[in-house]
Amino acid sequence: MKSGSNLEKVLAAGHFSVTAECGPPRGADPDIVRKKAALVKGNVDACNVTDNQTSVVRMSSLAGCMLIKEQGIEPLIQMVVRDRNRIALQSDLLGASALGVRNLLCLSGDHQKFGDDPQAKNVFDIDSMQLIHLAKTMRDEGIFPSGDKLEGAPKFFIGCAVNPFADPFEIRVPRFKMKADAGADFVQTQCIYNMEKFKKYLELAKRENLHERVKILAGVTPLKSAGMAKFMRRMVAGIDIPDEVVDRIAAEPKEKQAAKGIEMCIEQIQELKEMEGIAGVHVMAIEWEEKLEEIIGGAGLLPRPLVQ
Amino acid sequence: MITGTPKPIDEILEMIEPYDNIIVAGCHGCVTVCRVGGEKEVQVLSSTLRLAREAAGRPLTIKEVSLERQCDPEYVEQMRPYVGDFDAVVSIACGAGIQFLAEKFSATPLLPGINTGFLGVTERQGEWSERCQGCGDCVLHLTGGICPVTRCAKSLFHGPCGGSVNGICEVGKDTACGWQLIIDRLKKLGQMENYTKLKPYKGWDSSRDGGPRRIIREDMI
Repeated sequence: MKSGSNLEKVLAAGHFSVTAECGPPRGADPDIVRKKAALVKGNVDACNVTDNQTSVVRMSSLAGCMLIKEQGIEPLIQMVVRDRNRIALQSDLLGASALGVRNLLCLSGDHQKFGDDPQAKNVFDIDSMQLIHLAKTMRDEGIFPSGDKLEGAPKFFIGCAVNPFADPFEIRVPRFKMKADAGADFVQTQCIYNMEKFKKYLELAKRENLHERVKILAGVTPLKSAGMAKFMRRMVAGIDIPDEVVDRIAAEPKEKQAAKGIEMCIEQIQELKEMEGIAGVHVMAIEWEEKLEEIIGGAGLLPRPLVQ
Repeated sequence: MITGTPKPIDEILEMIEPYDNIIVAGCHGCVTVCRVGGEKEVQVLSSTLRLAREAAGRPLTIKEVSLERQCDPEYVEQMRPYVGDFDAVVSIACGAGIQFLAEKFSATPLLPGINTGFLGVTERQGEWSERCQGCGDCVLHLTGGICPVTRCAKSLFHGPCGGSVNGICEVGKDTACGWQLIIDRLKKLGQMENYTKLKPYKGWDSSRDGGPRRIIREDMI
């Protein structure tokens, strides 16, 4: 075991794993996190805590991780390289590990232009690829990248993200391979709506044997309405929602669209579950955590396995 | 070249508010080429300032000068005989030129008449774009001659990120994805093997992050 995290154990035991995410609040109220945690608990093997996603300031990811950990959920800390240089990143990795966070997701982070502080200085001292390498170096070699010995190596199950739908498509698998080479143990994909394109991507990844080296968790996000689908398609770079998906939810009357979105998400998870090379799902029910149990249970993935 | 944009006239008028007798100093270097700080711009700015101050009932005396370069001591020294006769100097050279005048003429207030931009190129008449951040450790031989530090909004060394769509960067529809440009060029050159190599963490110490920089060429001293 590299980290001994529950997520790592569940995957190693060959179970189809489930992760979800929990966005910390725009404020210091811990009860908001606790309430979300109650909706997540029991439904996942680990729960991501986002790191100032879309560059909007929120409670820190590490604080969020500790709050959900207190509620009995295994945290997965997201870490972006936008806001911290390598000194702060190393320091936070040590701190997170010391506090018992065992899963890490290494990300670039959305450009600060999207957030409420577009005038902020960005950092990008190292990139997400190099953050994977940095975490692996510290964990496996017990040294800082500078070469000095660590007083206790951090233990992380190291993750990365891939977006099979961003351009150019031809470098998406080579770039995934680079993340594997850098040291990623698992990957969580951008939310998938275009299953045909994702299957094409997965075939190429399998040809490189990446599914054997890296546990692939397929990202899904239930649509609440046709309006949300259209908004995401228009506003979020790198999201690919085909017409037939939008049309299917739009065909329902407004009050039945949310139920349809959940039904479609469950169908999609069931399809992903049967695909060779997919080791689990990452369910990003954004501000809709109360539906996690219905979705994950509906897909036949409850109760979550207990692995010693 | 070093590019720049004129400061708003009201901002310059506010800066020169205390003064009645000033120099407006241009430069024949980069700022002439990008039409923001050359001889012609000295004339235009001076006329505008004079007219505005006349209208306000406080006429202004201006000496118009244009140095060959404001970043070279031999040209800057040409101002020494008369600079003490004036209350202040508005320089429309780049930030380096303005500061060099300030250093050389320490008793005279130096006021910036332009906002210095970036190291860039002329795309077409009236349009310039950035190419180099002077990071002090060039990797253009590995990236198809396109700079990831400058052309990628996140200065990624293993781009493109998930925000690249149809060759456009997530920061805005007028910004090309630097990594799409790099990949297109590497493919054209048959150098895609450069793409798939993991690159070491960049040493930003050769950039501005290491503190103000200096170049000493022993062979020239």
